[in-house]
Amino acid sequence: MTVDRTGTPLVEMRNVSLSFGGVKAVDDVSVDLFPGEVVGLLGHNGAGKSTLIKILSGAYAADAGEIHVNGERARIENPRDARRYNIETIYQTLALADNLDAASNLFLGRELTTRLGFVDDARMEAETRAIMGRLNPNFRKFSDPVSALSGGQRQSVAIARAVYFDARILIMDEPTAALGPQETAMVAELIGELKKDGIGIFLISHDIHDVMDLCDRVSVMKNGKLVGTEDVGDVTDDDILGMIILGKKPERAAA
Amino acid sequence: MADAANEPGQVPGAIGPRRSFLESLEVDTRLLGMIGAFALICLVFQIWTGGLLEGRFLTPRNVFNLTIQTVSVAIMATGMVFVIVTRHIDLSVGALLATCSAVMAMVQTQWVPDLLGLPLGHWAIAPLAILSGLVAGALIGAFNGWLIGYLLIPSFIVTLGGLFVWRNVAWLITDGQTIGPLDETFRTLGGIGGTLGEGASWAVGLALTAGALWALLSARRAKVAHGFPVKPLWAEAAVGLLTALGILGFVAILTAYEIPARVLERDAARAGTVLPEGFTAAYGLPLSVLLLIVVAVGMTVIARKTRLGRYIFATGGNPDAAELSGVDTRLLTVKVFALMGALCALSAVVASARLTNHTNDIGTLDELRVIAAAVIGGTALAGGFGTIYGAILGAVIMQSLQSGMAMVGVDAPLQNMVVGAVLVVAVAIDIAYRRPEVRREVLRFFGFVVAPCLALAFLVSPAFIALIIPAGLIVGLVFYRRGGA
Repeated sequence: MTVDRTGTPLVEMRNVSLSFGGVKAVDDVSVDLFPGEVVGLLGHNGAGKSTLIKILSGAYAADAGEIHVNGERARIENPRDARRYNIETIYQTLALADNLDAASNLFLGRELTTRLGFVDDARMEAETRAIMGRLNPNFRKFSDPVSALSGGQRQSVAIARAVYFDARILIMDEPTAALGPQETAMVAELIGELKKDGIGIFLISHDIHDVMDLCDRVSVMKNGKLVGTEDVGDVTDDDILGMIILGKKPERAAA
Repeated sequence: MADAANEPGQVPGAIGPRRSFLESLEVDTRLLGMIGAFALICLVFQIWTGGLLEGRFLTPRNVFNLTIQTVSVAIMATGMVFVIVTRHIDLSVGALLATCSAVMAMVQTQWVPDLLGLPLGHWAIAPLAILSGLVAGALIGAFNGWLIGYLLIPSFIVTLGGLFVWRNVAWLITDGQTIGPLDETFRTLGGIGGTLGEGASWAVGLALTAGALWALLSARRAKVAHGFPVKPLWAEAAVGLLTALGILGFVAILTAYEIPARVLERDAARAGTVLPEGFTAAYGLPLSVLLLIVVAVGMTVIARKTRLGRYIFATGGNPDAAELSGVDTRLLTVKVFALMGALCALSAVVASARLTNHTNDIGTLDELRVIAAAVIGGTALAGGFGTIYGAILGAVIMQSLQSGMAMVGVDAPLQNMVVGAVLVVAVAIDIAYRRPEVRREVLRFFGFVVAPCLALAFLVSPAFIALIIPAGLIVGLVFYRRGGA
């Protein structure tokens, strides 16, 4: 399963920096992502990976650097901008409103309305049933608030939201952290489906095994800086651990 | 249509056969609990004031009075639901009501007559006054919302400060004087001075019934059209029937309150006519109650059917999620508080019209009644949950408790103590069923605190308190059991 990296990348972040009160959370980092590719972002807590990704999703604005989407310079200043570029984020904290049902969450901020401008709950529920029927056929709890759902079910609502709105670039922040083995397998399967559709995925994770299983490339960050980006096929678990812990690039046997 | 609808199972996500009667009805069990508690309060006071049939509590006259006394607090309580749902609080609503009332009183008695030269009693005075009150209320509310949303000052602080500021702005505007008498048209919004009479009341009642049934039907249609499971037809019919009975029964009670003969004679004499022999007329629905109904319907539509309402609840449930989904939560705060301010102005219309004057102490302590009404009505202070009808019912429950106690001669300090205790106990019950882990503690609270207090109250003012509250608790406990799950 090789990714064609000859064309234009879906998204390119060039020399991006962001400081919080003198601390450089992200320091001159460049990463890119091609269609149908999964790039893992690895690093310790506080390495800057979440901050980097929040810049792409519009939650933070970068101090310096450029973002290019499909080769063109993109201005992303808030989450709405990001959505316009078909960038969707699935947050670690599962950004769902617990008190609302699945359909309300799926369409939050982009409600379907009737001709009179009222929210069209019936149509939203119908759409939700349709997409959940495809992604997670066992999903039943359409009229319950999402607080009544399991971690995997909530994750599938979040993923459904991204897929429904034609995400081209998907950001997944620890997508399997709150899940049991079976649900993790379900998410892995889902990622495979999304890849086939040519969607690019940034996957943030702590878990090296996750990354080795799911990703095509890994970018490792430490102290706000990019240590390096490697093809998963070219490196071992130990190489990556070295990058994460020591911030040291793996030595090439023969290049 | 009904056959297709009654067959679950073909639809993804359809639930199997339903179990109990209540579950089939799909009625909010929390609502049932509140209605049960309310019915019990009515029953106890009815028996206490002279027996089930002879009692004075459920007479048309008292129901009428209770209703018009509740309107002002109930209107504000609907706005407080949105404020509390978005995890804020508004302590300034009573003061805001006073400022709006002062502005409107000055507009109609001095500013418009003096500056625009319209004579007192001119038809344009009342609309101008109401409009200026609404603008003042909305602007002040929006300003509060801006301080909270954009400057990130906690709403508790902003509105606590606002309580001092706006109560005294009202004082400043009027020099602390009572302003009145207010415009005659304006006064019709106060309650007994402006009622629809028999015919129009029934027309409104029928229109409301038709509207409610249409809403039920169209909701069902929408579900059927998309092939969702719907509740059995008999359950739908039962809900419709109960709703219709409730609305029409309420109208029947209000139209049964006849205008006393001497008032009719006085009015006839003033108009220069003579009353026909045996002529009677009824008050019917007061305009202020009609206003409350319009507000209730409007606010419910906002809550359930508009993006604004969806964002209010989403923000209350998870502010970060709302923000990340592209909801402008800062502007939303401004909108919510502006709406609250406008509703304070409407309440000010009703309150000052009922008193026929603007008084310096109008709306004092209303903030607490309004918050209590919203909370008794099931609005969670943690945000995200609350209903408009619940808040109105909360206001009705508090007002009935208070006026019932006054009727049976409970001392004033005891009345307020009971209302305060009911607020805390209602929330305790709610928490006991939302959070199983504190259930034992809540039970202990009832055993060691509530029960001794009841015993003490029993010694001070026999017969009374010991009756209502424990009975209310039992009903509450039974119904809250499922509502909180």
